[in-house]
Amino acid sequence: MSVPFYVSPEQIMRDKADFARKGIARGRSVVVLQFDDGIAFVAENPSRALHKISELYDRIGFAAVGKYNEFEGLRVAGVRLADMRGYSYDRSDVTGRSLANAYAQTLGTIFTDSPKPYEVELVVAEDGVEPADDQIYRLTFDGSVADERGYVAMGGSAEPITNALRASWNPGLGLEDAVRLAVRLLSEHGDEGPRTLSPGQVEAAVLDRRRPRRTFVRLGASRLAEILDTAT
Amino acid sequence: MTLPDPYRTVGSASFVEFLASVHPDRLPRADGISPLPAPHGTTIVALRTADGVVLAGDRRATMGNLIAQHDIEKVFVTDEYSVVGIAGTAGLAIELVRVFCVELEHYEKIEGMPLSLDGKANRLATLLRGNLGLAMQGLAVVPLFAGYDTARGLGRIFAYDVTGGRYEEYDFYAVGSGSVFARGSLKKLYRRDASTDDAVRIALEALYDAADDDSATGGPDLARGIFPIVGVVDEHGSRILPDTEVGPVVEAMLAARHARGEVLP
Repeated sequence: MSVPFYVSPEQIMRDKADFARKGIARGRSVVVLQFDDGIAFVAENPSRALHKISELYDRIGFAAVGKYNEFEGLRVAGVRLADMRGYSYDRSDVTGRSLANAYAQTLGTIFTDSPKPYEVELVVAEDGVEPADDQIYRLTFDGSVADERGYVAMGGSAEPITNALRASWNPGLGLEDAVRLAVRLLSEHGDEGPRTLSPGQVEAAVLDRRRPRRTFVRLGASRLAEILDTAT
Repeated sequence: MTLPDPYRTVGSASFVEFLASVHPDRLPRADGISPLPAPHGTTIVALRTADGVVLAGDRRATMGNLIAQHDIEKVFVTDEYSVVGIAGTAGLAIELVRVFCVELEHYEKIEGMPLSLDGKANRLATLLRGNLGLAMQGLAVVPLFAGYDTARGLGRIFAYDVTGGRYEEYDFYAVGSGSVFARGSLKKLYRRDASTDDAVRIALEALYDAADDDSATGGPDLARGIFPIVGVVDEHGSRILPDTEVGPVVEAMLAARHARGEVLP
C-alpha cells in the first residue's frame, strides 16, 4: 500500500494562493475610484455582454476580475442576497459592509475547503450621501477584506496602476476626469505595453450620489466616447 | 455569514421563484385565512396619450360602510418605464406590488437588461394567479398596469381579472368600484391625440365623476390637501406627479365645473 506524501498545511495554502494569483494576473484590469459625486468603475472589457461591473443594490456596485464563471456566480448571489434582504426588511438595511462580509466569508470558505480556490478578486463599493461616507471594499481570493480609500486597481496590472493612481488621483476629481484618468492608466499598463483603448474596449459605470434611489448608471458607448474625446 | 448554497446555485432571473424556493413564507400570500373585513382600494383609471400613458387613482380605502383611510396610495412606480394602480384588498395588493417591483429590478440586475413591457405584464399575471385562492374567498386584487414600450415607442395599458387573465386595453380603461362611472366619463372626454397635460386633466375628471356616484371612491379633499395620485410614463421614464402639480389642475377642474353651472339651483 502506498503512503501518501505528507504536504504541510503551509505548503498547501501557498500552492493554492500561487495558483489563484496566477489566474487573476492573466486577467485584464479594473479600476474603481472615487470622484466628487460618487464612485466610478472602469474596466478594460471588449465584451458588451459579459460584464465585469454590475449593480448590486441602490447604492452598491460590484466589480470583478478573474474567472468569469466564478465571479458571475458570486455577483448573482450578491444580487439575490441584497434583494432578499431589502424585500424582507427595508431597502435601507442593505449595506455594502454586509455584502462585503458575505463575500469574504464565502471566498474564505472556498479557499480553505475546496481543492481549487476561486481565481477572482472583487470590489464592493457603496456611495454615501457625502464623499466621506463612501466605502470601497476589496476582496481577494482567500477571503481577505481591505477597506480602501479613494481608489483600487485589480487584475494583471494592479500594481503599476495602483502606483500611478497614488500619484495622480486626488479627492476632488470630477466624473469625466476620473474616467479619463482610469482609461489612461488602463491604456498605459496593458499586458503587452502601452496602447490606446477605444470606447468599445472599455466598460464603465458610476454610482452617482445625486440620483434618487438607484444610483448605479452604466456609461454607454456614446457617453464614453464623449468623455474620452474631450481629453484630446 | 457565508452566502448560502441556494444563493450560489445557477437558477432563473426571477426573484419570486427564488423567494418561493428559499423563503416561501415571505411570499405575499395568506393561504387558508377566512375572508375578513379588510380595507379595499377603489378606482384606478388609465389612458394613453400622444407621448405615453397616464394612470391615476383616488385616495380612499373602504371597509364595509366605513372609510378605512383617506389618503391611501394606490398608484406606484414599478420601474423606469412602468406604473401600476391597484383596486381590491389593499393589504394584499400593496404586498403584491412590492414583490412585483423587486421582481422587475431583480431581473434587470441579473440579466443586465430590463424585461420587455409584455414580459412585465405577464409576470404580473403570474403573480396574480398565485393569489387565486384568496381571490376566490373574496380577497381579490385587481391591478391596472401601464407602461411605455421602448421597443415600439408607445404607451400601453394592461388590465387583469382576479384569475390572472391579462387583457391589453386600447385608449383607456378603469378598474375598481367606481370604474363604471369613470369609464363613462373617459368615453366622452378621451382623445387619441391628448397631450400628457390634457390626459392628466381627463383622468382627474373621470375620478371626480366616479367619486360623484360611487361612495367607495374619494373625491379630491381640498380641506386636507389630498389629491388623486397621478403617474405618468413616457420616453423619459415614469414618475408620480407631485401634489404641487396635481393640486392646481384639480382646482381648475372644480372651478370649471362650478362655472358650467353644476351648482344646484
